[in-house]
Amino acid sequence: MKRSYRARNKTIPLLTTVSPVAIWLILLVAAPLLYVLFLSFLSTDGYNVVFLFTLDNYKNLFNPTYLEIYANSFLIAFFTTAICILVGYPFAYHMARAGKRKKTVMMVMLMVPFWTNSLIRLNGWKTLLGKTGFVNTFLQNLGIIREPVEILYTRGAVLLGMVYILIPYMILPLFASIDKLDHSFLEASNDLGANKVKTFLHVTLPLTFAGIFSGSIMIFIPSLGYFFVSDIMGGGKSQLIGNLIETQFKAGNNWPFGASLSMMLIFLILIMVTVYKKSGGDMEDLGVM
Amino acid sequence: MEERKAIVEIKNVNKIFGENHVVHDLDLTIYKGEFLTMLGPSGCGKTTILRMIGGFEEPTGGQILVEGERVEDKEPFERNVNTVFQSYALFPHMNIWNNVAYGLKMKKVKKEEISRQVAEMLQLVRLNGFEKRYPSQLSGGQKQRVAIARALINRPKVLLLDEPLGALDLKLRKEMQLELKNLQKKLGITFVYVTHDQEEALTMSDRIAVMNQGYLDQLDTPERVYEKPATKFVADFIGESNIFEATISHMTGDTASIGLEVGNALCLLEKGVSYSLSEMVYACVRPEKVLFSAGEAEGFNIKGVVKEQIYVGNIIKSNIIIANGQMVILSRLDIDEVPKVGEAVNIYWNPDDVVLMKSRGYQIHHVIENASLGGD
Ligand SMILES: Nc1ncnc2c1ncn2[C@@H]1O[C@H](COP(=O)(O)OP(=O)(O)O)[C@@H](O)[C@H]1O
Ligand SMILES: [Mg+2]
Repeated sequence: MKRSYRARNKTIPLLTTVSPVAIWLILLVAAPLLYVLFLSFLSTDGYNVVFLFTLDNYKNLFNPTYLEIYANSFLIAFFTTAICILVGYPFAYHMARAGKRKKTVMMVMLMVPFWTNSLIRLNGWKTLLGKTGFVNTFLQNLGIIREPVEILYTRGAVLLGMVYILIPYMILPLFASIDKLDHSFLEASNDLGANKVKTFLHVTLPLTFAGIFSGSIMIFIPSLGYFFVSDIMGGGKSQLIGNLIETQFKAGNNWPFGASLSMMLIFLILIMVTVYKKSGGDMEDLGVM
Repeated sequence: MEERKAIVEIKNVNKIFGENHVVHDLDLTIYKGEFLTMLGPSGCGKTTILRMIGGFEEPTGGQILVEGERVEDKEPFERNVNTVFQSYALFPHMNIWNNVAYGLKMKKVKKEEISRQVAEMLQLVRLNGFEKRYPSQLSGGQKQRVAIARALINRPKVLLLDEPLGALDLKLRKEMQLELKNLQKKLGITFVYVTHDQEEALTMSDRIAVMNQGYLDQLDTPERVYEKPATKFVADFIGESNIFEATISHMTGDTASIGLEVGNALCLLEKGVSYSLSEMVYACVRPEKVLFSAGEAEGFNIKGVVKEQIYVGNIIKSNIIIANGQMVILSRLDIDEVPKVGEAVNIYWNPDDVVLMKSRGYQIHHVIENASLGGD
């Protein structure tokens, strides 16, 4: 079915169907990307971009001063992804197995915050977690703590912010892959001697791996780049790759280096997708193709 | 046949989904080693019954016993029963070897023993050499056989099969019917087989349970189900039937004269069943049992005109319209004598070729059920 559909698509005259999409892709995806790629090979005189070809920006990526930022950034990204999987999977599973009405309610719960500006939502957390915020006051009133504790402006707070902002991107692909899972696979497994836990490990998990992977890509990469989360929740104390890039384009005035940092992230995505494909993953299951 | 041992006993089982009463007061005993088919149109509750035996659905009321033990509270794998699913449900991320080995792996059987048994099973379903393939690389018939091997490797006492041949084309289906039947005979395992295909049921089964909207209308051998349908529904559903509404007008000995809308006819009364005068009945005559003549036969006066003839292989079917507009089908081999199209004929039959069915009775509880549902 799929194959014949594709084959037929190719025979439709190129101009009538492909061109609007193609124009859209060129304008919104290819052009900016090529511009960043181009930029990453240029030099700077300290203030302005100079049209002089160089590979220095890429060499600069390996400058030891940035290693700590990378490490910190990857650590946050790794834990963000891991927590999103651990929290998102049960939620998505529950949602996929729920009745129609409950499904809708859960979907709305998930999407409504999504439509609100994330800066506003993060600042909401700030008022909750600050020294005089709700959590500290509450704990003090209960007598559990005497002095307010530092919750905000820690790595933990950054992590919380990341998970909070990004978790829908994990739940949606997970939901899609769990929802698609034919219930008779689970029944067959149960019939053949596997209890619920074994069925989950041997059947459910492998068959929803595409959802986990797709969600992970959509979370891991942005959580390297979401500098505003680190700014708001971490008070700028913990630098992420995103902060580094932001600095290059703003205060640092080094667009070419910022561009090479961006290319590094894009390259990372390509590696991740390639690994997925090599390990037998189906691109269609990722929901991106 | 006398010393039959019950392996599955379904006792007064009901199943209700919300407001949908799907299985009604089902009593059914399945015997060791038999090939029992549940036959009925789509939606009559066959799958639901199978799922209750398999452990995927809980009865709303009643008991299910396997080998004399109640199983309602047991997990599917705690029953000595395995299922071949309608869609096969082969694990797409495992190759054939791993699919077939799954049950033994879950039971922590030793590796060498698993290898030995998987090889044996694949041999049994003639799929050796396919170990490394994935389900998506197999044809429908091959998937079917893997599903059977995957279930049989657990040595179930009962194998449940839900329309296992439904997705195959006609030719392959015929082949697989034979293969399945042979497999069942060879292994001596009880098969509970679900299908909506009456021909399949008639060729494969030792006994057929004909289901009608959640009721068991008849449980009998294929011959009996065909020759002596218990209800109008069974007569209609299995094979072709001419069914006449009639009332009993005379009874002499074991023969009755019945009045149809369009004339009179004779039929034999079934032994052990009591009938009363003026009782409403259905008279059912198979197309090959319908006789015709130019003049009236003794005790009959049903007149009709041959409207058209249809050739089906070497069989000629004549459609005869009788006075009330009902179509009567008469079928003959093409070497036999047949009436001509447009010819006026008298229809009759041998009185013992008719099956008389009480017109109320079985049907009545459908009516009561519907009425009480409507009243709520
Ligand atoms: N899980 C379920 N929830 C609600 N209704 C169901 C469920 N399973 C089956 N039914 C209903 O029960 C009836 C019988 O279904 P089924 O047993 O699948 O019939 P068959 O296998 O004979 O086609 C149908 O009306 C169907 O809609
Ligand atoms: Mg069914």
